[in-house]
Amino acid sequence: MTTTTDLVSYEDALASYDPVMGLEVHVELGTKTKMFCGCSTELGADANSQTCPVCLGLPGALPVVNAIGVESAVKIGLALNCEIAEWCRFARKNYFYPDMPKNFQTSQYDEPIAFHGYLDVQLEDGETFRVEIERAHMEEDTGKSTHVGGATGRIHGASHSLLDYNRAGIPLIEIVTKPIVGAGERAPEVARAYVRELRELIRALGVSEARMEMGQMRCDVNLSLRPHGTEKFGTRSETKNVNSLRSVERAARFEIQRHAAVLSSGGTIVQETRHFHEDTGSTTSGRVKEEAEDYRYFPEPDLVPVAPARAWVEELRAGLPELPLVRRNRLREEWGISGTDMQAILNAGALDPIVATIDAGADAASARKWWMGELARAANESGKALDELAITPAEVARVTELVSEGSLNDKLARQVIEGVLAGEGTPDEVVDKRGLKVVSDEGALTAAVDEAIAGSPAVADKIRGGKVAAAGALVGAVMKATRGQADAARVKELILQKLGVGEG
Amino acid sequence: MPGITREEVAHLARLARLELKPEELDHFAGQLDDIIGAVARVSEVADQDVPPTSHPLPLTNVMRPDEVRPSLTPEQALSGAPAQEQQRFKVPQILGEE
Repeated sequence: MTTTTDLVSYEDALASYDPVMGLEVHVELGTKTKMFCGCSTELGADANSQTCPVCLGLPGALPVVNAIGVESAVKIGLALNCEIAEWCRFARKNYFYPDMPKNFQTSQYDEPIAFHGYLDVQLEDGETFRVEIERAHMEEDTGKSTHVGGATGRIHGASHSLLDYNRAGIPLIEIVTKPIVGAGERAPEVARAYVRELRELIRALGVSEARMEMGQMRCDVNLSLRPHGTEKFGTRSETKNVNSLRSVERAARFEIQRHAAVLSSGGTIVQETRHFHEDTGSTTSGRVKEEAEDYRYFPEPDLVPVAPARAWVEELRAGLPELPLVRRNRLREEWGISGTDMQAILNAGALDPIVATIDAGADAASARKWWMGELARAANESGKALDELAITPAEVARVTELVSEGSLNDKLARQVIEGVLAGEGTPDEVVDKRGLKVVSDEGALTAAVDEAIAGSPAVADKIRGGKVAAAGALVGAVMKATRGQADAARVKELILQKLGVGEG
Repeated sequence: MPGITREEVAHLARLARLELKPEELDHFAGQLDDIIGAVARVSEVADQDVPPTSHPLPLTNVMRPDEVRPSLTPEQALSGAPAQEQQRFKVPQILGEE
C-alpha cells in the first residue's frame, strides 16, 4: 500500500502547532550472557546455537537474573540522575508473537529499577536542553525473524517465517523520557541530540557499545502536536525502531509535517505504530491500536525481587566515570577550541582517539590535526570508523613526536601514516623501510640548493632582484631532488642566504 | 463483588488465542467467578500492614555471575519444533502485525 502522504511545510506546521515528543530507547547491554540464563550473547553465531530451556521457554525452566545486568541498569539510572528503587520486581508482559518463545517478555511494569531523572543534552549551537527521564527498566530482547516467500524479506506476502532465538533473552534496558515539551521547532534536533548524548553516556559507562547500526541501540519516536496556546496533548503516533541519529531527527520532522497536514485539514490523527523508511525519509502506517494494549502484566513468579542495597548504589555512584557532557566541556576548555570544532570532532568519532593520542604523549593540537585531517580522510575513503583504522593512538603519538623532534616533516609524516595503515609496521619501521627521514645533513642540502640555483638562473636572478616569492620554485626543486625529505623552511633559508637576500 | 461477564471471558479468550463456543463463554464466566471469589477472600484477612506478596519466600537479589554456560545444540533446541528450516524454527505466516 503505497499511498502518498500529505505534508505541510515544516515552517507552516510550526506556525500553528507545538510538537510534544516522547522517546523510548532500547539499549542492548554488552554482558557476556543473557539476562536470565547463561547463554552467550556473542554476535554472529550459528542460528539457534545460543539457546537453552530458559530462553526457549521450555516447561520447568527457571530463570536467574544476571548480576551484571542489574548493575548496568543501576549505573545507567545513576548516570541519568534517576532515583534507584529500593525494591522492585520483574513482570510478565503477555503477548503472542513468535519472536518470544515464552509468549511473554520478562520486563518491568510498575516498579522500574530507575525513575525520575534527567539528561542534559547539547544542541549544535552549544545550547543545553534538559530532557526529563520517566524511567529506565530491565527487560529482554526478542528473537530474530526472517520472512520467507514475500518481496525481499517483508512480512507482507510472506508465506512463513523462520526464527532464530540467539537474541531472545539478551539484556535490554528501556529508557523512557517524560513528554518533551517546549523544544518547538528544535524538537527533531533535540531528539537527535538526546539519542546521541545517551549513546555517549552508555559507552562512557562501558555497559554497551551502543552501535545503532547493529541494533544495539534503537529509538521509538512518539510524537503529537497541539495547537499553540493549548495544554492538552494531541493523539500521538509511535515510529518504531529508528536506528540512526539522522533517522531519529528525520522521523520526528516528517511526523510533525504529516500530523500538521492531517490536523489542519480537519482530520484526526490515528493512534498507531509507524515505520520509518531510510530511503525516502518518510513513515508509513504499521499496526493500528484498535484497543488499549492488554498485556496482562503480572509479577514474574519465577524471579525474586531486586532490592539494590543503598551502600552498593552509593558505591556504584562513586565509581561512575566522568560523564560525557562534563568531559567534553572540560576538554574544549583545555584545548581552547570552539563548540563547533568540538562538534566536528564528535561527529567524526575522533574524541576518544584524540584523547588516547594525547595520553600517549602527543600535544593536543597535533593529535587533533592528524585525527581530523589525514586519518579522517583515510577513514572516509575506506568507509571505516576512526577507531577501526589499522593505527593505534600510540602510533599516531609517535608520528607527532618524530615531527616535533624534526626528523619528519608533515609530508613525510603523511607517508609514514600511510605506511602504518597499509600494514607496513610501526611508524619507526615504516621510516626505516621507506627511508623517510628529513635530510638534515647541511652538506647534502647545500649541494641540492646549489644545484637548484644553477638549474634555474633566471629564477635566481629574480630573487636576487628582491622577488623573494620566487624562491618557492627553487624550494620545490630542492624538495623534488631530496624526494620530499628536506625541511622546506630550512631549504628556503639556505636559498635566500646563498642569493644574499634577507627575509622580510 | 461484580461477576465476570461473558464479554470479559470472550476478551480473555481472544487474548489467549482460544476459540470458545457461546455456551462455553457462560460456562467459564461462572467458573472464573467462583475462582476469583475464592481468591478474593484473601483480602478479608490481608490488612494494610500486609504487603502484596508475589513470592512465597522472603528472598531478594538472587543473581548469577555473568558467566557463559553451555547452551543446547541447535539440534537439541529444534528437537521439539513442529517444523524447521535452515536451522530455524519455522512458523506459519504472521499476519496483521509487524
